[in-house]
Parts: sequence; C-alpha cells; structure tokens
Amino acid sequence: MTEAFDILTNASLWAAVLRIATPLIFGVLGALLCERAGVLNLGIEGIMTMGAMAGWLAVYWGAGLWAGLLVAALAGLLLGLLHALLTVILGLSQHVSGLGITLFGSSLAYYLYRLWVQVGDLPPSIRPFQPLSIPGLSSLPFLGEAVFSQTAPTYLALALVAVAAWVLNRTPLGLALRMTGENPHAVEAQGLNPVMIRIGAVMAGSALMALGGAFLTMAAFNSFFPTMVQGRGWICIALVVFASWRPGKALLGALLFALFDAFQLRLQTTVSGVPYQLFLMAPYVLSILALILVARRARVPEALMQPYRRGER
Amino acid sequence: MTDPILELTGITRRFGPLLANDDISLHLQKGEILALLGENGAGKTTLMNILFGHYAADAGEVRVNGRALPAGQPRAAIAAGVGMVHQHFTLAGNLTVTDNIVIGSESLWRIDSRRKEAKARIRALSQTFGLPVDPDARVGDLSVGERQRVEILKALYRDASILILDEPTAVLAAPEAEQLFRILRGMTAGGLSIIFISHKLHEVMAASDRVTVLRAGRVVAERRTSETSPADLAELMVGRSVTRPKRAAHALGAPVVVARGLSVGEGQGKTLTEVDFEVHQGEILGIVGVSGNGQAVLGQMLSGLARPSAGVLTLEGRDITRLTPREAVRLGMGRVPEDRHAEGTVGDLAVWENAVLERLHEPAFAARGFVRRSAARTHAADLIDRFDIRGAGPDTRTRLVGRQHAKADSGPEPGCPPALSAGQPADPRSGRRRHRRRSCRVAGRACRGRRDPDDFGRPGRGGRPVGPHPGHRQGPSFGAGDGGEGRCPDAGADDGRGLGGA
Repeated sequence: MTEAFDILTNASLWAAVLRIATPLIFGVLGALLCERAGVLNLGIEGIMTMGAMAGWLAVYWGAGLWAGLLVAALAGLLLGLLHALLTVILGLSQHVSGLGITLFGSSLAYYLYRLWVQVGDLPPSIRPFQPLSIPGLSSLPFLGEAVFSQTAPTYLALALVAVAAWVLNRTPLGLALRMTGENPHAVEAQGLNPVMIRIGAVMAGSALMALGGAFLTMAAFNSFFPTMVQGRGWICIALVVFASWRPGKALLGALLFALFDAFQLRLQTTVSGVPYQLFLMAPYVLSILALILVARRARVPEALMQPYRRGER
Repeated sequence: MTDPILELTGITRRFGPLLANDDISLHLQKGEILALLGENGAGKTTLMNILFGHYAADAGEVRVNGRALPAGQPRAAIAAGVGMVHQHFTLAGNLTVTDNIVIGSESLWRIDSRRKEAKARIRALSQTFGLPVDPDARVGDLSVGERQRVEILKALYRDASILILDEPTAVLAAPEAEQLFRILRGMTAGGLSIIFISHKLHEVMAASDRVTVLRAGRVVAERRTSETSPADLAELMVGRSVTRPKRAAHALGAPVVVARGLSVGEGQGKTLTEVDFEVHQGEILGIVGVSGNGQAVLGQMLSGLARPSAGVLTLEGRDITRLTPREAVRLGMGRVPEDRHAEGTVGDLAVWENAVLERLHEPAFAARGFVRRSAARTHAADLIDRFDIRGAGPDTRTRLVGRQHAKADSGPEPGCPPALSAGQPADPRSGRRRHRRRSCRVAGRACRGRRDPDDFGRPGRGGRPVGPHPGHRQGPSFGAGDGGEGRCPDAGADDGRGLGGA
C-alpha cells in the first residue's frame, strides 16, 4: 500500500499521465467531433498511424516540427475526406468504411515509410519536441515537474479541449454540427447543408486524430514504428462514449486512462510476485468498468450512424 | 384583386412512374388562409416540399412577391419569407427549444452565438402570437402540441410572411386543433399568409378562406370556403359522389370477443383498469378516448402482444387471455396495428412478402423450409385486387405503397376472420375505407375508433361507442389554452404519425 502511495505522490507519475494522455486527447476530440455530427469514424487507428508517419517524415526530410504537425494534420484531412466521401456522400456503412480506412491508413503509412526511408539496424530518428521551460511555472515545486514540464503539443491538446467545448456549445457552427448529429433533416429545413457540415466535421476530426498519432513520433518517441499506435485509437472510440460526447469529460476520461496506465507501469517495477501481464491488463479492465458505470446514462446523438439522404425521412 | 404574395405555376414532379404533381398552379393572397385539400397521395405534401425547396420540380415555377425562387433550396425559400411547419417535425429532441429555433439564423462563422437576444426574441414572439413555450426546455421533454409551437416559432423567428402547415392537426387532440386555428387566424390579422394541408373537411370549412382541392396530382377545383359545403368538397376530393355508407339492419349474433375486468399494470402505473366489453357477431364496436388512455395496450392485448395483469379475454368462448401473437394469427384474430410501420408491415419487403409473413408456417405458403413464392404472389395479387390496394403490385416494396399500408396489413387474413381489431384505422384515409370494411362480411369486429369527430361531422364509425375509456393514466396538462385537458406527452406520437410515409 505504501508503494502505491509513494507512486501517487511522485511528480514524475503525473508528468507521465499528461504525456500518455496527450495522443488520447487529440484522438478522442477528433472522434467526438465526427460523432457529434453523426459519423462514426473507426478509421482512427489508421489515421493516427498515418499522422505519425507523415509528421515524422516531414521533419526527417528537413521540415520544422510545427510544419511536421501541419503535414500530419493534412494527411488526416485527406483520410477524413475519403471516409466522408464513402459514408456521407455515398451513404455506405460507417463501420465497414472506418475499418477499411484503418487497414488502408496503417498499411499505406508503412508502405510509404519503407519506400522513402532507408532503415538500417536502428530506425532513423529525428530531434523531437523538447519539454518547454515556462518561466516561473516550471520551477514550482511538484507542480512544475508534474504539469509544467511538458512538450508544446501537450499544451496544444489541452487548449484544443477548451476550443472544442467552446465551438460546440457556444458558436452557431457548433450548434449546426450538433444538430446534424441529432437530426440532419432539421438542419436542412433551416436552410443549412447537413452534407457539407458532416464532411467538414469528419475532416476536422480526422486531422485531430492524425495530430494524436504525430505526437507519438514527434514528442513521445523520435522514430516511426508501424505498430506504434497500439490500439490507442480504439481507446479513444470508447472514451467518447465514456465522455457522453462532451469534450470536458473526454479530457477527464483520457487523463483517467493515462493514470491507470502510468500507475501500472510503476507498480510493475515495485510490486514483485504478481505476473506483470495483470498490470498491463489493468487500464483496459478499469476502462471497461468505468464505461459500464458511466456510459449507461450517456445520451447518444440521435442520428449517429444514420446516413442522410435528401428528401427521405 | 391585388397581386398574389405567392404564386405557383405549372408545377410538375415525377417520382419514377408516379406523377405526383401534374401541372399544378395556385396562388395565395396576403392575409389569406388557403386550405390544400386532398386524399393521401393526392400530391399535397410533394407540392409544399417543392415550394419550400426540399425537392426541385421537374417543371414549373414558384414566385414569391413576383420574384422566382431558385429550385431546391430551402435557404432561398426561408430568405424569401416562406416558413414550413413539417408534419413530421424537424426538431432535435436532445437540444433545447432555443437551439432548435436559432439554428441557421446566424452566420456559421460567428465566434459567439447571441443566446440572450435570441431567447428574448423567442419570448417576445411567443407572447405576440400566443405560442407559450420555455426557450430553455429540452425539446424531447415537450408534448406534441408544444413541439408544434416550436416548429411554428422556428418559421416566425426567420420572419416568415408565408406559413405552410403540413397536416398540422394530425398530431393534435380536438381542443388543441381549435386553439391552433384561432392562433393562425390571429396571425393572418397581423399580415401573415397561410397555407395548410388537410384532408379533414370540418377543419377546412372552419378555418380557411379558400380551398384548393387536389386529386391524383392535379388541381381539380378551387372554391371560396363560404361558397362551398362539406359534401361538395368531399365529392371533389374523391372524384365521385360520396354517399353516407348505410348499414343494413341485421340482428346481432352471439358474443364473439368478451373481455371481463381487463387490467394492465400495477398500482399507479396502471394503464387499463377493469375494462369490460363484448363484441357480438356482426357488430362493430368503437372505442373512443383521447390517445394515451389505454387504447394502444388494449389493441396489443387483442393481438397477443401484451398480457393483462388481471381479467379474462375470450374468443368464441375460448380463453385467449394468454394469447401469443402466433395463436392470434392461427385463431384468425385479424388486426391493424396503430403504428403500421413499426408493427404491421416491413417497409423494405415486397407486398407479397408482407402478405405471407405471418403465415409462413402454413403448408400453403411454405414447404420443406422453402417459401412457395408463386403461391404467395398469387395470394398477394388476389388481396390487392379484392381490397382495392392502390398503387401496388405483389412485388412493390411495401413502403412505397405509403398510406395504403393498413389495407395490405389487414389483407393477410383469409376472407373472414372471426374478429378484427384496428387501431386508428380511418385517420389517414377518406370515406372510402369504410366502404371496404363493410363490404367484407365478417362475423364480428372490434374497432378502436378515432378520437375526434370524423370528416363528415359524425362521431366515430363504431356501431356502438364505448364511452371515455376507464384507463387510469392521467397526463399532465400542457401549456396555456389547452383547455386543461389531460394528455400524455406521447399522445400524438402514437396515432396518425405512424401512418406517414410517402
């Protein structure tokens, strides 16, 4: 028990929580935007992998880190456009299209990586984002190390939570997006175009997902591996439900999952006699439990996964 | 006569082989209430959807204040001052009243939505037009009547000068409908012009200045309301003289269906309390009551979908209290469910498939695990023929048959079932349906009748009405001006609504 307490009071744990949560925050915000507009985007794994590769490659070829993030977002936009064409314009199954994009995005990322990058004994690396030193804040005891020792994309992710919440709840655009996820016919009857709104939401959401992937290669690590997303996308899909489709709760969910993960990593090294697989499993088991407790009350967007065709009701 | 505020000329629209609107022209004067009257399938809704820009017409033109509207753009229609109150409300239940009203009224790229001003304006509009509603309420929590007010406020918020209402009373109880027409009258005094779609003669007579009658996609007549009569309109609407169906007097036989002390639910949650009735051979029994007072569950019990918590139900002396749907079919309890889309037919299946769906265990239609398609088709074709199911062949997808559903649905019963129960059977149809029902001579029928006087100003069609239903469910009273009548929130949702389609 004392070990657990020691771990929880150690600032490095909380720093790790924010670091682990960052790609999840990007991913869950992206998935949330898509779903609020009524489109499930299971392409998230592939889009994150593609983002991880594209951003990294841009930097490897000499672009700046921020330009790399931009390239990653662009890759996400394109895959999002593909998903939108299939599901919104053609009205195909969102599940099938999403899984297809996951397979396509993951494979294409690795293919391009192998095509364009010489891989020797060690995978080539870049110089990633470094922790920002914020005058005054970073030197605070405990908080300085726990919160203010992160890389720039982490702060960007946190800021985007606030931006997403504001846009969704306070702007006419956000209202149109939410209404499209609830009843696209109502949107059309008010003179707006639900098809364009859905396409836009899926593209923007996919760009966010790709940024989540890019964080992995450009801040957390410094190289690209084809399997590095490792199910984080699926976790994001579950977190959206956990969050009842709300950005604030999505942040909470991402932090909670990251806490489980960071905690079990440290427990593995301090507690002996327990198979480490149990610890590895813990965050997922706890997530399922949390989902059961929270998600039963969730209010699903009414038109989620319902293709919109004009003139049909 | 001044220039019309709205003018439609030569509107034509086809859906596949169906000519929904055939060279329709009509006009609307400022401050006028025009009723668009016609049977279902006459093309009224299609015409209004073209006017509002949901569809583009194949030919023809819409002019508002003399200026032509671009086809197929609701945005342009709204900008020109056209507001539409859809029959199936276009509202998002999870969002608030304000959300539902302001969407589309502001530039999408504003950084902040003007909520306070919007709410103040909604309150002001509610006040002016007598449409009370709480701007902060979640639409899903509102009654059907309140939702309709929101739908009207949406149009007014966008400064509509022409208001189109598609079957506005389909979801309302009689007092609510009267209230609505009073409000509409007040609006025209304020300069609005209104078109409302209806197939109910009495409300057309009561509420309109002028009537345009559509039949089979064409304008067949235009009358000043003051210069016409319900009988005249009925004849124009159906295209032949409508005589009141007469019932030859005949003696009633023995009781066929007998209910004794039927109750559903426990304690406060009771939806039906000790209901007794009997239906004799050769009798039509009407059951009257405001929607939501237990009729639905009674209908379900008669078809084996619900079980009473107490009481006994018998069919020709046999106890059928614990009826299963399968047994109901076997015993020949014919039924037309209230919500035909949900319970009666499968829209994506062909008519012949629906016709034999519940009889697939019979050797006539299935052998060795295979459906006998030719026998099923022949059966369906025969039903279509015998029961005048219009617009359908055995292979038509059922949803395309639209409101003829009920017929396809009651059709499956071979010849003469000993008992037929029908939930709100006549609501979406005109008098013709009633002829049909009479033409099939049956042993006995239980019929749950309409809740308001029908088109011809007579009470429900029952041979013998059973008075206000002793269901104990009391709905709260909604909003001002409802006359304090108790209604359930879902009262409207489970009647006429399920019948829409086309």
